[in-house]
Amino acid sequence: MYLIPCPWCGERDQSEFRSGGEAHIARPLEPEHLNDGAWADYLFMRTNPMGLYRERWVHAHGCRRWFNMLRDTVSDRILAVYHMDEAPPEPGDES
Amino acid sequence: MQKYSIFSLARHTLTGHADWTEAWRSPEPKATYDVVIVGGGGHGLATAYYLAKEHGINNVAVLEKSWLGGGNTGRNTTIVRSNYLWDESAHLYEHALKLWEGLSRELNFNVMLSQRGVLNLAHNQHDLREISRRVHANRLNGVDSEVLSTDQVKAFCPLIDCSPGVRYPVLGASLQRRGGVARHDAVAWGYARAADALGVDIIENCAVTGIRRSGGAVEGVETTRGFIKAPKVALAVSAHTSHLAAMADLRLPIESHPLQAIVSEPVKPILHTVVMSNSVHAYVSQSDKGELVIGAGIDGTVSYAQRGGFPIIEDILKAIVHVFPMFSRLRMLRQWAGTVDICPDASPIVGLTPVGGLYVNGGWGTGGFKSTPGSGHVYAHTIARNEPHPLNAPFSLERFSTGALVDEHGAAAVSH
Repeated sequence: MYLIPCPWCGERDQSEFRSGGEAHIARPLEPEHLNDGAWADYLFMRTNPMGLYRERWVHAHGCRRWFNMLRDTVSDRILAVYHMDEAPPEPGDES
Repeated sequence: MQKYSIFSLARHTLTGHADWTEAWRSPEPKATYDVVIVGGGGHGLATAYYLAKEHGINNVAVLEKSWLGGGNTGRNTTIVRSNYLWDESAHLYEHALKLWEGLSRELNFNVMLSQRGVLNLAHNQHDLREISRRVHANRLNGVDSEVLSTDQVKAFCPLIDCSPGVRYPVLGASLQRRGGVARHDAVAWGYARAADALGVDIIENCAVTGIRRSGGAVEGVETTRGFIKAPKVALAVSAHTSHLAAMADLRLPIESHPLQAIVSEPVKPILHTVVMSNSVHAYVSQSDKGELVIGAGIDGTVSYAQRGGFPIIEDILKAIVHVFPMFSRLRMLRQWAGTVDICPDASPIVGLTPVGGLYVNGGWGTGGFKSTPGSGHVYAHTIARNEPHPLNAPFSLERFSTGALVDEHGAAAVSH
């Protein structure tokens, strides 16, 4: 279990939050032009990395707002949190 | 292979057990193999065994990054059952259960299969309907399964709190009498020993660092002990399937999550069966050492840390104490987590990949241990013939494009 620094509320217990899975997966603008493989890639395929992971979280039992997080999936260390409309921070410039 | 029997045991007693031969060799990797299996857990070792035994392919290496059975094989709660809802899953897990039933004899190694029954409790009308639906589906597929009333549950397992006044009363249950538990380490060791006897090289402390390809087909694997050439490379690495497949530029629909388990202090035999509750959300059995082995759902995040969050432990124990009030005074001794590879439809992927000669067996999620013999059996067939066995054909990677998913979320013993 870890403490999560919500960008609006500050550090709170993980149990107040819910993970929303991998971040930065954009819904295709014209899905009717995709073949089944490309649609499956959007819908189901995930990077599931061992290491740096950019993911969405929601402060479900708090401000109920969404944000993004950069976390190491091996150590569970949180390296950065950032707003959903921001570009993901590069590893190294989290501070 | 030195056969284990009461006579060999007696003979070795005379020499103080000083000259048992090792259960499997520790060979140096050869430069070339016909098949390289990545992952020395139950699935990988079973695959090697059936490749050698049923398909005559003996020039096989099993590469394990640490020690045999040190991943999910040694971290699960050892439950074996086949009462899955859909035809595809029921056939595959029943195939595995039938192999389990003859496994100790087949391997000359006691895997300590104990068919003590698996009880799934119903706590509301919806549970009752789902349970009877599943029991009927199971019976149509030749899987033994029956519905018990509250009184029958009470008679079968008197420890369960069946009183009507509790928050989640027991309204009934399903029971698969052929389900039970097995010794997890023994499964890895038994398959390793039997595969080794058929000529399979088991290479521990050998991590795969790359998959070399040429013209869309596999050439071999880069490892921490050098390049190993092989026309066929088969992954059996559970939680690590995604990043090994990424070495061959494959994207998979898998996410790896922690799945925790807890063991209590050992007590005298009190629980003779496996009890699961989907609604209250936990399951428990008693090990031969007397410890209660307890588990529940996965943690909600992707993580390879092999540890989980404390709130999950709290939830699990609340559920256990609800079903078994007398367990409230037990102390918990150990807690750990495995990393399970979850597919969107909670069913595994066993089959070919777009890369020639690369096979994938993963995404078993929380069903990996119980499927071990069946998984290895059909995977060996897939590798040997370069086409899936009829039992694993529905579990192809293509199902995510065709939409023919096998949705087993609702039919898992506890929802994940």
